[in-house]
Amino acid sequence: MTPMRTLATAGRVLLQIRNDPRTIALLLVVPSLLIGLVAWIFDETEVFATIGPAMLALFPFIVMFLVTSISTLRERRSGTLERLLSMPLGRGDFILGYTLAFGILAVVQTAVAVAYATLVCGLEIEGSVWMLFVVAIADALLGTSLGLLASAFARTEFQVVQFMPALVFPQILLGGIFLPRDQLPEVLETIGDWLPLSHAIDALTAVASGDEDSSYILLRILFIGWWILAAIIIGSLTLRRRTQ
Amino acid sequence: MMNNAIETRGLRIYRGRTTVIDGLDLTVPGGAIVGLLGPSGSGKTTLMRAVVGVQILAGGSVNVFGQSAGSASLRHRVGYMTQRASIYDDLSVRQNLRYFARVQGAPRSDVERVIDRTDLSGQADRLARSLSGGQASRVSLAAAMLGSPDLLVLDEPTVGLDPVLRGDLWAIFRRLAEEGTTLLVSSHVMDEATRCDRLLLMREGDLIADTTPEQLLTTTGADTAEDAFLRIIETDDAGPNHSIGGRGGRRASRSGRLSPTRLLAVGKGRVQRKKGPQ
Repeated sequence: MTPMRTLATAGRVLLQIRNDPRTIALLLVVPSLLIGLVAWIFDETEVFATIGPAMLALFPFIVMFLVTSISTLRERRSGTLERLLSMPLGRGDFILGYTLAFGILAVVQTAVAVAYATLVCGLEIEGSVWMLFVVAIADALLGTSLGLLASAFARTEFQVVQFMPALVFPQILLGGIFLPRDQLPEVLETIGDWLPLSHAIDALTAVASGDEDSSYILLRILFIGWWILAAIIIGSLTLRRRTQ
Repeated sequence: MMNNAIETRGLRIYRGRTTVIDGLDLTVPGGAIVGLLGPSGSGKTTLMRAVVGVQILAGGSVNVFGQSAGSASLRHRVGYMTQRASIYDDLSVRQNLRYFARVQGAPRSDVERVIDRTDLSGQADRLARSLSGGQASRVSLAAAMLGSPDLLVLDEPTVGLDPVLRGDLWAIFRRLAEEGTTLLVSSHVMDEATRCDRLLLMREGDLIADTTPEQLLTTTGADTAEDAFLRIIETDDAGPNHSIGGRGGRRASRSGRLSPTRLLAVGKGRVQRKKGPQ
């Protein structure tokens, strides 16, 4: 593994996205449109103030999960991964390259979504905006690492897209957006407490309300970090230089 | 020993539950174009994957330039062109090659050199997606040439190309060989055999002839390479004693794979076809 090859990979991934303006437009505009829609639905109620921050947590996670799982599956299927692994590229270069590229993309995506949510939809962020970005990046990296893992267990694009509802929807349902986690049945509450997205939602809600101190938020980011690390380690094990 | 680019000893490879290669001994000399010919499904790609070190081996060994295939130091010395183009559709030709050059650790100037050598200057800034099949496979070849590897492993580089483009590619291969590169080129188009310095004929995961183009035609008495290949298969099926080429005799050791009835059936089919109004 070398920094030069990791950076080259990250640069290549970003260049691929830059060559595809429609994807860029979708990445940047869709979250804002949906946030705007939710704000409109709950116009003149207090609901948007609680759901808004959670939505900021969802987008980087879901989008990066999809983008990563499909692009790494494409690398596996098109033969480019086989070519790269016959070259002096470390597995870490490949994974960190992707993580870095999508982390940067997540920052831009979050910046647009936050600007739209606060300036246009009137969402109030009481806490540190910087902290909000840190959570969003952690979220995006979580999506990237889980997407990388999912692509290893899918043979086709159809299969990999099915992993999205399988891995993502339960986390949304149990994360406390629909019903606060402490009101869930006990078993579901325990499961929800161990899922990474729950902590991302908690952290962003805390940032928005400004109720908790930064150690509460950092603890949650740390928890997400362990999930990212675990997914990356398992994901790199699935990235074999030699295959059948 | 060191003059040999590739050596396999007792190589065994399974893909899933099927045995693709069972006890293959092979020697490929350096500095030549070595054609790996055989019908599809004969194990050419599997053997090439083993040579570049991305294939799980069930047994035996593959050495490249005296080192175990796939070892880290070899990754700078071996260029691999897979059967599909294996380039990024959504990058331009130059962007593709720049990335592969950085991964290979080749100097930036190398990108322009391989673009020039593969005659892609006119397409350098076009997206790979918009290229024709022939152009895309030249980009794939260009990527394999980055860093001037000592061994180029090219899996069916000319498949699906018209005769003119095929001729162009073989001219590139010839020039590379003259500069000292060893090329292992697979093909299922038997006519391409005559463009190689050495020939390895594969069938059902086994080497049925290790020869030169001239020798192939004289020993079989055939007019074309394709005809010669068919004759070798027939003698090969008939029994180990009639084998052609230095290594064919070893087939006796694994004749258990083909049952006598199947052998008979294959033989009958041939006889009937020969007598038919073709």
